[in-house]
Amino acid sequence: MVTRPPAGRAATAPETASGKATDGPAAPDEATLRAAAASVPDPELPVLSLAELGVLRALRFDRAPVPEAAPATAAHPVRVEVDITPTYTGCPALETMAADLETALRHAGAAEVTVRTVLSPAWSTDDITDEGRRKLAAAGIAPPRPTGPAAGPVGLALTIRCPRCGSTDTTLLSRFSSTACKALRRCDTCREPFDHVKEVRR
Amino acid sequence: MTPADTARSTDAATAPRLTGEGAAAALMLGDDALILSHRLAEWTGHAPALEEDVALANISLDLLGQARTLFSFVGDEDELAYLREERAFRNIQLVEQPNGDFAQTIARQLCFSLAQELRWTAILDSADCPTPIRELAAKAVKETAYHRDHATEWTLRLGDGTEESHARMRRGMAVMWRHTGELFAPVPGLPLDDAALREQWLTALRAVLAEATLDLPEGPDADAWAAGGGREGVHTEPFGFLLAEMQHLHRSHPGATW
Repeated sequence: MVTRPPAGRAATAPETASGKATDGPAAPDEATLRAAAASVPDPELPVLSLAELGVLRALRFDRAPVPEAAPATAAHPVRVEVDITPTYTGCPALETMAADLETALRHAGAAEVTVRTVLSPAWSTDDITDEGRRKLAAAGIAPPRPTGPAAGPVGLALTIRCPRCGSTDTTLLSRFSSTACKALRRCDTCREPFDHVKEVRR
Repeated sequence: MTPADTARSTDAATAPRLTGEGAAAALMLGDDALILSHRLAEWTGHAPALEEDVALANISLDLLGQARTLFSFVGDEDELAYLREERAFRNIQLVEQPNGDFAQTIARQLCFSLAQELRWTAILDSADCPTPIRELAAKAVKETAYHRDHATEWTLRLGDGTEESHARMRRGMAVMWRHTGELFAPVPGLPLDDAALREQWLTALRAVLAEATLDLPEGPDADAWAAGGGREGVHTEPFGFLLAEMQHLHRSHPGATW
């Protein structure tokens, strides 16, 4: 997935030969950088962003000293540290996520980007935003049901709605599907198979 | 490479580090996960149905993720997976046992995932276990519960199925049984009540087998005649072949990427 930052953002932070100094307009503000990180799509579910999936945990900003060679008016280069959390420990998309985030933040003007993987608190499907759920359903993927506050594995007996025809008459075909986070189901009304993001409790 | 390219730290650089007993514990649990992951990956393209192909590959992937995380607490994951000799691996012998038929693989999965779920839960509840391992446990226990469900459902279906599937499931359990004594051998750095965990494991296993019209296998699983030694680096013959296949590419082409 190629990340396309809004046009013109890259120009706010021209990189010199050292790859650090910015001598143009002011360095990007935090809101711009936050927006850039939040807009990065998930590599395997590109209909929703990493923020909507709930795996983008935190951004920290730090201003590096202005290089001595830079003009006196130069802004401090911005260093960004990003925390992401895996949906499943073996999720192979994690490295792509880190690379995509780095690309997006650099295009938005960050001078240095560090992406850290954090495990705690563990990701839950309750971390997927309402907008994220809506986008999943629109893409033909049944969103996870809310799991509530209790801990422990989730029973799979409750009905799951077909994302195509809306029928609640659906059958589990396999508890494992195209990615670690999905199960394969079939709608018994329209007969279409579909993916379902399986619930992971807090 | 420009200086900018070096600015992003890799995970290895930011992962928490363990030393001493904590590192030994991470290595033992990591080796269990890595080797079982490799065995399950051998099913890819060979499972009895497409859904099972996907299921076993998914379980394998979860275990690989757990192994990679645990290795990141100890050192370089590639070096640990690909450049250690057989005697340096600390996995229990159960996970290195050949897949056999599907029932035998399910028997191994049932024994291991029941034990792993109990252990992750105990680690999560014990403030005396290393924090990075506890953080992983919070995540891994949910994955493992899913693996346990998968193995349980297949055990019921095969055990309480046809005469043939029943016989195969019973044989699979018998093959794996003598390697189960090691499941709850104490792990340094993880101060858990292993004897109590083993009792819970036996109770849970007995319940699943009973429902599947199977009995607990007979024969040594935990006394002097039981197999063991994996935690000390002593492995069974099939392990050498597994390592040869797993490590061959990396050793032949050091540093290769794609």
